[in-house]
Amino acid sequence: MPPVAAPEAGFPWIVLAILLPLAGMVAALPLGRHARALALLLIPAGLVVALLLAAQVWREGEVTYALGGWTPPLGIALRADGFSAVMVVTTAVVLLGVALFAQSSFRAPPGEETRAALLFWALLLGLWGALNAAFLGNDLFNLYVALELLTLAAVPMASLEARAETLAAALRYLFFALAGSVLYLLGAVLLYGAYGTLDITLLAERAGPEPVTWAAAALMTAGLLAKTALFPLHLWLPPAHAGAPAAASAVLSALVVKASFFLVLRLWFDALPGVMTAAAGQLLAALGAGAILFGSVLALHQVRMKLLVAYSTVAQLGYLFLMVPLAGGGGAAQPWDAGAWSGGVLHAVSHAFAKAAMFLAAGLFLRAAGHDRIAELRGMGAALPMVTLAFGLAGLSLLGLPPSGGFIAKWLLLTTAMASGQWWWALVMFAGGLLAAGYVFRALTPLLARTETPVLPGRPVPRHQQWAVLGLALCSVALGVAPLMPFALLQVGRPEAAEEGIG
Amino acid sequence: MTATLYGLTGAALVGIGLYGLIVRRHALRRLLAFNLLGSGVFLLFGAVAERAGPGGDPVPHAMIITGIVVALAATALGVALVLHLARETGRAEPDPPEG
Amino acid sequence: MTALWLLDLCLVAVILAVALSAVAARDLFAATVFFVAYGLLIALAWVRLDAVDVALAEAAIGAGLTGVLLLGVTARVHMEARTPGPGRGMRLAIGAGCAAVSVALAAAVLSLPVPAPSLVPAVEAAIPATGLGNPVTAVLLAFRGYDTLLETLVLLLALLGVWSLAPDRLWGGRPGLRHRARPEGTLAWLGRLLPPIGLLVGVYVFWIGSDQPGGAFQAGTILAAVWLLAIMAGLSDAPPVRSLALRLVLVAGPVVFLGIGTAGLFVAGAFLGYPPAAAKTLIVTVEAALTLSIAATLALLVAGAPERAP
Repeated sequence: MPPVAAPEAGFPWIVLAILLPLAGMVAALPLGRHARALALLLIPAGLVVALLLAAQVWREGEVTYALGGWTPPLGIALRADGFSAVMVVTTAVVLLGVALFAQSSFRAPPGEETRAALLFWALLLGLWGALNAAFLGNDLFNLYVALELLTLAAVPMASLEARAETLAAALRYLFFALAGSVLYLLGAVLLYGAYGTLDITLLAERAGPEPVTWAAAALMTAGLLAKTALFPLHLWLPPAHAGAPAAASAVLSALVVKASFFLVLRLWFDALPGVMTAAAGQLLAALGAGAILFGSVLALHQVRMKLLVAYSTVAQLGYLFLMVPLAGGGGAAQPWDAGAWSGGVLHAVSHAFAKAAMFLAAGLFLRAAGHDRIAELRGMGAALPMVTLAFGLAGLSLLGLPPSGGFIAKWLLLTTAMASGQWWWALVMFAGGLLAAGYVFRALTPLLARTETPVLPGRPVPRHQQWAVLGLALCSVALGVAPLMPFALLQVGRPEAAEEGIG
Repeated sequence: MTATLYGLTGAALVGIGLYGLIVRRHALRRLLAFNLLGSGVFLLFGAVAERAGPGGDPVPHAMIITGIVVALAATALGVALVLHLARETGRAEPDPPEG
Repeated sequence: MTALWLLDLCLVAVILAVALSAVAARDLFAATVFFVAYGLLIALAWVRLDAVDVALAEAAIGAGLTGVLLLGVTARVHMEARTPGPGRGMRLAIGAGCAAVSVALAAAVLSLPVPAPSLVPAVEAAIPATGLGNPVTAVLLAFRGYDTLLETLVLLLALLGVWSLAPDRLWGGRPGLRHRARPEGTLAWLGRLLPPIGLLVGVYVFWIGSDQPGGAFQAGTILAAVWLLAIMAGLSDAPPVRSLALRLVLVAGPVVFLGIGTAGLFVAGAFLGYPPAAAKTLIVTVEAALTLSIAATLALLVAGAPERAP
């Protein structure tokens, strides 16, 4: 093996996408009070890098990169296909909105360094780098390290306010996340023992349907589901996401849980496509259905706005797993070839924008009213019309009403469910839509209620924060109006199993 | 032969650690169980490496070292969380009081 | 052969018994002591598995630092759990489930293919290009250097996470309580005696790491232990977290690693690549910086969040 194999031509945007945020996190510590300025500089730059990477994938197809010039199985490769490019861009856009929102809340007085101001930005940069490492990694052990990096950035974010209940929530989050990584690693160990590599591309060639592989897949899937908070492993999510500062909640709920979901798909569709069975796909979707119904019902019963939004995440994550048995249909010559795949990915993206907007909006209601008890937010809509509009638009996407990204996503999933004769999943989606309508309207009704005397915010809400929320909500709607670009990008390097189905 | 013996030990340790992680309520007991569980996984990996022949496969060895360091980092964060939780609430378990 | 086999059987039996005791012990302190003993026994198992590098890491990190962390907090969090654990029936069911997992794993271990697939030939073919003699170091710093880079960042993030728990008014201050050992006491005596020896051992373990078992992580842990001992003996104090010098030491390893990795783009054609002629020098440079940062990070992870006002 040559020691240095020249990587593929073209600028290594794929490396820069991971390097930029991580180098920023390292620099943030000695920079101290300038960490915020650094992050506000790097996040727009990172969006440009993400777009350039997406453009490269679009023009040249799948991008792979052998780190250090050491090709797998000895070395580690990065790989960007359409799906990873979409996720990297989504991450950068959501972070841009969140950074715009947080730049005034996590800001130290001039010349001083405060705990929250330094650590929020340093953790945010670390979390961003970990997300990109997870979306672009092609080695199962390296992905384990990336997941741990993500956990260790996300858990302190959840307890940034260091109150008793957030400490308990963060600790519970840590336990679930650690148990999840260990199970994931255990599966990876078995795969290495059986096939001598953890490179996803090589595993796809070598792994066959054998008991060892099934055991490995079951362990890794279970571990990743604990990290994604899929029902019934969702218990940690609502308190952890609801207890964090609004900007952190938005990132945790919109992006962090998607990384482990992304890796479930990588594992099932890219690494072990010949190993998974149709029955396993049905089981995964059944858990998703449980999440949709259970999470929605609990969201309906929440008294506090942030918890309602958090339970809605539990429910919306369920839809993502319906795509596993629905993917395919390419062989049946259907016109929506791989429609469920596109629908599922689009749902992940539009939910990211919608959920970030909702959590930030909930944070602004909390700031204005001094509490987030839904029933007592009467008349807030007139006081904060822009934020209420953003909340409503994001709700539209969760409901799956046109025009929104959520509508196209759910419509694609629904049509594939009918076309493939799996009507029971269509029923679940229908029920989930009704329940979502219930909880979104329950949150909106008091906001839109007329009050005798106009409600004034207890604390002023800065304009730029309102714009950040509205911008994110508009992104989730825009996906419903112009979804074609991401669709075409998604085709690049799409796994065959996405077209032909599992099992 | 040695590899198989330690591989089986790793498998047993995973079960022991998993049991402690699920059954115990005290957060420090859980962290301890998590470390046992992780150590079982590493031992299993070490057995896989040893199957490659005398001297073993260095790639898993390096990965295990990485894993040990990562487990320590996570344990340190867990310990700090427990310490502050205990200070704030006088309790050392993250679950709500009624169980 | 038979004697070694018997030794293995005894070792395994003791390891399992100690692990069970650590989970089953009634008392938190006893459980922690069992856990430290377990870490030392497991280090022996690593020697038996021809993994001396791992044995060193396990003894230093797994048993040593994790043990110090858990023992240290046990003294401060003495309350018992108040929520009742699962009932007897439930515990039996969970136990049965965990046993089933173990049995399934055991079956998986027994069904692994013969001959075992491995990367030994690939490592042997590629190691000359690194100039290193220790294949584990070559994997950690060259072939899978990206893992190691992320891992050092995991350590750094964990430290930020620990620090994030400090109350706002103490931000920038020194971690942990000040230790005042009696000047005539054993701890102070050990604190004077051991650091020079530990320093020597730490530097040695770093230096031989390129060709023999050892390296940045093991050496960093030893140096961290030396520093912690000096702090506990009252010979030195933990630095305030606002100290710029401290922060530069913490990030030195990642910065040098990232810097040399990026230079690889231009001189070796790939991020994290080394030109073969200079590979060993560059790797030792990265390792030296990593050893320093790892030592400081690990020591501060054990020291905890700031507890004294700046």
